[in-house]
Amino acid sequence: MSGLPVDIVKLDGVEKHFGAVRALAGVDFAAWVGECVGLVGHNGAGKSTLVHVLAGTLIPDQGQIIIGAEPQKDYAVVLAQKLGIRCVFQELSLCPNLTVAENTRILHSSIAGWGWRRRAGGLIRGKLDEIFPGHGISADAVVGDLSIGKRQMVEVARAFTITEAPLHLVILDEPTSSLDSHRASQLLSHVRRVIATGAGCVLISHLLGEILEYADRIVVMRDGKVVAADRASAFNRDKLVTAMGGVAASKMRSTKEAVPRGTTPVRVRARPAKQRDGIELIAHQGEIVGLAGLSGHGQTEILLSIFKGASRRVPGIKVTDPVALVAGDRQTDGIFPLWSIAENVGIRSIGSLRSGFLISPELEDRFAERWRKRINILTLSMRNNILSLSGGNQQKALFARALGSEAKIVLMDDPMRGVDISTKLEVYDLIRSEANAGRTFLWYTTEMEELENCDHVYVFRNRRIVADLRRGELNEERVIQSSFEEVAQS
Amino acid sequence: MSSVNGAGAVRIPLAAFKAPRRFLRAALPALSFALVLLGIAWLNPRAISYFGLNLMLNLGIPVTLATIAQMFVITVNDLDLSIGTFVSFVGCVAATWLRDYPLFGSAVLLGSICIYALVGAVIYLRNVPSIVVTLGMLFVWQGLAILVLPKPGGKAPAWLHDLMNFHTPYVPFPIIAAIAIAALVHVGVMRTSYGAILRGSGGNANAIARAGWSLLKTKVMMFALAGVFGVLSGLALIGLATSADANIGKGYTLLSIAGVILGGGEFVGGRVSPIGAVIGALTLTLAGTLLNFMRISPDWQVGAQGAILIIVLAARAIINRIDGRTA
Repeated sequence: MSGLPVDIVKLDGVEKHFGAVRALAGVDFAAWVGECVGLVGHNGAGKSTLVHVLAGTLIPDQGQIIIGAEPQKDYAVVLAQKLGIRCVFQELSLCPNLTVAENTRILHSSIAGWGWRRRAGGLIRGKLDEIFPGHGISADAVVGDLSIGKRQMVEVARAFTITEAPLHLVILDEPTSSLDSHRASQLLSHVRRVIATGAGCVLISHLLGEILEYADRIVVMRDGKVVAADRASAFNRDKLVTAMGGVAASKMRSTKEAVPRGTTPVRVRARPAKQRDGIELIAHQGEIVGLAGLSGHGQTEILLSIFKGASRRVPGIKVTDPVALVAGDRQTDGIFPLWSIAENVGIRSIGSLRSGFLISPELEDRFAERWRKRINILTLSMRNNILSLSGGNQQKALFARALGSEAKIVLMDDPMRGVDISTKLEVYDLIRSEANAGRTFLWYTTEMEELENCDHVYVFRNRRIVADLRRGELNEERVIQSSFEEVAQS
Repeated sequence: MSSVNGAGAVRIPLAAFKAPRRFLRAALPALSFALVLLGIAWLNPRAISYFGLNLMLNLGIPVTLATIAQMFVITVNDLDLSIGTFVSFVGCVAATWLRDYPLFGSAVLLGSICIYALVGAVIYLRNVPSIVVTLGMLFVWQGLAILVLPKPGGKAPAWLHDLMNFHTPYVPFPIIAAIAIAALVHVGVMRTSYGAILRGSGGNANAIARAGWSLLKTKVMMFALAGVFGVLSGLALIGLATSADANIGKGYTLLSIAGVILGGGEFVGGRVSPIGAVIGALTLTLAGTLLNFMRISPDWQVGAQGAILIIVLAARAIINRIDGRTA
């Protein structure tokens, strides 16, 4: 960009405390016209708090919010919207009991009166068509019936709809976490098109590749402060990871050579219900088996039927050992929100934590403490409520629950959604060492980089296995190719 | 439930095919109502007449109104345990003060609606469970009802009695009233643009707040509406019963909750259906009559009503499961 950048919104020394925790410790931040700012940092670095301050849903304790050139005094959601600031929050903000059109209306107080449904429906349908051609979402569909990926598409599209208020700045907090790479690139290209018209964008993502490719400028946060800010071209992957304070750019490839298949006993055999040919998913002892493909193409279903198959007969599924599942949607399927971290971690192993008929708090504490050290859960006490943890640490607790159990087979349903890179690397190492110790992992992931940790990858399409790739054959191109073969629309 | 949409004639049948569960679930209340009605017709064909329907259904009107009141509260994920004694209180006021001093009586009823709104505000602002607050209000309304009318008695105002015993041509008055109530509330809650906000605040309150709407306003609005329909229910009941008693609405709390659930509503998540709730309330009313015709002693009737509820809910669970398997 030539000339001086024009601020859309500027934060000056913003601070925000939650009890004793300093979420933002004096942040200066600006979003400029015609530019995409990438915001990166670990979980708990303060990105989400910053987003809430920008969107007006949190009032900062200190500091100024300047929009245009004017400091805003009573900055809140309504004002933010009037000034053209939109936000897609990390945890989805749609009402599951309403239709897509009704959810669109919620954002636009001007859509009211006669025929509002038709107008809201037309607005969102047009935007979905524009951003995600071939999305297959009806404006009359109830949001709760949609898959998580489609819900995210609706939410993102909704943020770009325009009625009375202008659109100056879109803040996207992990907008691609539930989208497959095809939909993600459609979205990010749309962001570039909108920016070309003079709007601004704040993009938050844990996929550093996305940030490096699509952002013009990158701001790195750590411990509630901005620690680095520069043009995107000044960064590369390793630099970003270092700036975030993570493990310095370790290569993710594991050191261990792939065990040739067939030398260890078979733990899981599973054939998808729709599989016509003889291909089946096989997992041996000590293997990490990846399930790839576009999201929602039967990977979660096969994991769930394997889970069922461990306790009762399911046609086409053979499982030899106990199974544990790490859920992907941790808010709905993973955590018990009213319980402590220790209780959340121990629930899968409750049988071994008893003395007599009762749960022994002592054993539970000891178990929890062991896992806190082993998996590095950041908390003062494992007796704290699970919700006191950041998202990444909640996910670690869920891993501890599965790995602490007697299960020989661990199923993972895209568990790393929205988890920061250093947590990921820690968990990858843990998975590898557990696999070496003889555990079997079945790992559904939407991130290509995670597949590199797998010994064997099955690619799914339309609820069938369409490719069976050994470690040596694995590369992004092949996975994408098999995912897209003969599908015009997903 | 809201898949019937006037937006595009072409899309309606498509949506109906795509969502068989939604359709079946929406049809379930009507189906159970039809079954109960068929049972009555089979046992006693003469009951299905203008006069018979009038007699069987007129007590359904106050139940329907109380059910709608409960539905408003359930929409925002709360529960009103006090609606039954509130109906009693309104009945007692109607049979005494409203008849003798109409202005004062009206003011008391308006004031009671304000108290309902206040209860909503307290629940939101203090973040206390609605069950606790309304359980307290249960005793407050009960006590007030006894204060107003210590002994059964009083008399309904003449206009109220006349209104409730109005004979419409061809179609019995209770049926017309039920249709009118269902249509009015359906349009208000399911079709208007603010109705979407109200339901949304039950579905995901955060999302509504983040879009800049006031959750205090939606909560107060829903509780005030519950108060309005509670007052209407008490008035309708007194119009039919002609005299009052401090325990007259005793069974209404459970009947209203059962009616909402029978009509396809759910306790949390803002999933409600006004039309279903009206049908649910009428089904429960008719179920009593059916059991009478079956010569089941009144001692067993409450249990039998419970059994009907369990059967319908079981059918709903089965529909959900079948749908989950094919999806």
